[in-house]
Amino acid sequence: MRPEAVTAMLPLLTETFGNPSGGHAAARAARHVIEEARDVMAAVLGCAPAEVIFTSGGTEADNLAIAGVADGAGSAVCSAVEHHAVLHAVERVEGVVVGTDALGRVDLDQLAAAVGPGTAVVSLMLVNNETGVVQPLDAAIDVVRANAPDAVLHTDAVAAFSWLDLAVATAGADLVSVSAHKFGGPKGVGALVVREGVALRGQIVGGGQERDRRSGTHNVAGIAAMAAAAEATVRDRTATVARIGALRDLLAERVVSSVPGVVRTAPAAATAAGTCHLRFGGIESEALLVLLDDNGVFASAGSSCASGALEPSHVLRAMGVTPEEAVGALRLSFGWNSTLADVDLAVTAITKAVEQLRAS
Amino acid sequence: MRVLAAMSGGVDSSVTAALLVDAGHDVVGATMKLWGGPSDQGCCSIADVDDARRVCQQLGIAHHVFNFSGEFDAAVVAPYVEAHRAGVTPNPCIECNRHMKFDRFLARGIQLGFDAVATGHHARVAEVGGGWRLLRGFDRAKDQSYVLHMLDQATLPQVLLPVGEMTKEDVRRVARDRGLRTAAKADSQDTCFLPVNGGRAKFLGDRTTLTPGRLVDTAGHPAGEIAAVELVTVGQRRGLGSGHDEAVYAVDVDVATATVTIGTLAELHRAEQAVGSWTWVHDPVEVGSQVEVQTSAHGAPTPAIYTGAGVAWSVPQRRVAPGQSVVLYTGDAVLGGGIAT
Repeated sequence: MRPEAVTAMLPLLTETFGNPSGGHAAARAARHVIEEARDVMAAVLGCAPAEVIFTSGGTEADNLAIAGVADGAGSAVCSAVEHHAVLHAVERVEGVVVGTDALGRVDLDQLAAAVGPGTAVVSLMLVNNETGVVQPLDAAIDVVRANAPDAVLHTDAVAAFSWLDLAVATAGADLVSVSAHKFGGPKGVGALVVREGVALRGQIVGGGQERDRRSGTHNVAGIAAMAAAAEATVRDRTATVARIGALRDLLAERVVSSVPGVVRTAPAAATAAGTCHLRFGGIESEALLVLLDDNGVFASAGSSCASGALEPSHVLRAMGVTPEEAVGALRLSFGWNSTLADVDLAVTAITKAVEQLRAS
Repeated sequence: MRVLAAMSGGVDSSVTAALLVDAGHDVVGATMKLWGGPSDQGCCSIADVDDARRVCQQLGIAHHVFNFSGEFDAAVVAPYVEAHRAGVTPNPCIECNRHMKFDRFLARGIQLGFDAVATGHHARVAEVGGGWRLLRGFDRAKDQSYVLHMLDQATLPQVLLPVGEMTKEDVRRVARDRGLRTAAKADSQDTCFLPVNGGRAKFLGDRTTLTPGRLVDTAGHPAGEIAAVELVTVGQRRGLGSGHDEAVYAVDVDVATATVTIGTLAELHRAEQAVGSWTWVHDPVEVGSQVEVQTSAHGAPTPAIYTGAGVAWSVPQRRVAPGQSVVLYTGDAVLGGGIAT
């Protein structure tokens, strides 16, 4: 976590422990913390404070955006490369899934054909969590507005916050999901921006917190820590993006030049700064990840199922990557504090691991 | 040495890993994800993987999950369906050991730099005079050497079966003493990928056409009808109609003509049993050798002569259902095995 987030969190676990829904002094103090955080999140997300709904994370925000707006079978539309938090929510309401190009960017012609008067919600992510590819969100929004003017537009910006200015990049969306743990905050807290005037049915009912859109006692410490992390992220973002983008490209170039049979899944220009997605010919990423783990490199491949087993990546499948090519996928993620030493460690470990796997 | 322990989430593999850690080995646990559907039931369920992971945490070792579901489908499930379509009753547990645990998993372990893999099977591996032997488990009631008969001189040096030296009661006691959450877990039963509701008939019915057929006696006279010839196993008594003068058994299944031949116990008996696809633990047994033969996981060993094309029983025995494994022993040692034809 970012130190600012830890600092913000600690007193809320010890001194300021009131329930913000109450009316007494301790409750008011907690409520003060929540509303300060809401102001911060509104500023960094480019919305009004009243438009920020705190959730338990990106998955809940995504689920709420789909289930809270969808209106019967076929009323929800998303791309085939969405995070499962969106994809499964759309599948649950028998929605429509739209294909992509070879980089995993939504096909605008297919999108135009898929949306219409019956469309209640369209969900298109801003940055893909596996490949880092940036979606043509503004162009897609234009397509949706032209063909389905009444539809609500949701964007899953969970993988984008660290690298893009969401106040600009998501300005055209009606609903925006973010998650604190993706930008140096704690796990278990996130937010959904709900633009004024969007009708959204809360999915968790109870005490009516968050304008009746998300009941449940606030995670005060988590919310404050998220806001602190968001503030720090935005403060450093321009410099971080330049530094991490250069490290990411260095990593990709060094692996590609030192290991035969590696494909960089998406060029730098198509991606956000923090993700390096590579595919290794003749390698099973499951085995590669074990060897990297042994050497202190904690990476991932596609997405994991509930058991922890790797599943073939639906993102690569949507991009037209064959199952044989997809089996050697490796996703290396950078944080705000990644260093050149981390790149050195990763390159050494990857080179050694691939040699060992190819030798046997 | 570096050991990769195959952990199903059951008590035997939990204790396997524990014993290897105690013995000073560098142990890593891994659970194979072989099968799975929307329901969290049966083999490779999330709960089983969670149990294996939790045991590894308690033992202080790393745990990984290997998704071999594609290979399991191709090497075990698809042939299982195909065999039934041909009127043959396969043993998928043996094919899983042959293709998954002691091929795919073992190869993954070696590739990752491990010296050996370990499983929780109740059987013993011993090095005798420069050769490797596969022996029955110490706990005869739990002996699993039958389902491991495909292990050979190439695989046995890389396989550790520590609980094969123990009684099941002792295995559970070790797990209990260490506070492992798997200590009281029930033994796995039956074929792991068959659903509890509907079983084999539903599973096969969803994957292949089940053919209604006719029953005939050994003289060829009509003796009734049957709903699905693919579900009949040679030797079975159930579901073959009533009103017979004495107990009748399926003595032959011919899917091509949708005919099941039924007969008396005497008509089911054979002097010889044909066997193919032999594998040998060490050298092939010499034709004419006296052996003991086991034809089911916990069946009694029965004396016979190995004929090369099969076994000649000392006393006629029931015909073994085609597809079932026939395993040869001498005393405690597995010599090899093949598949009844």
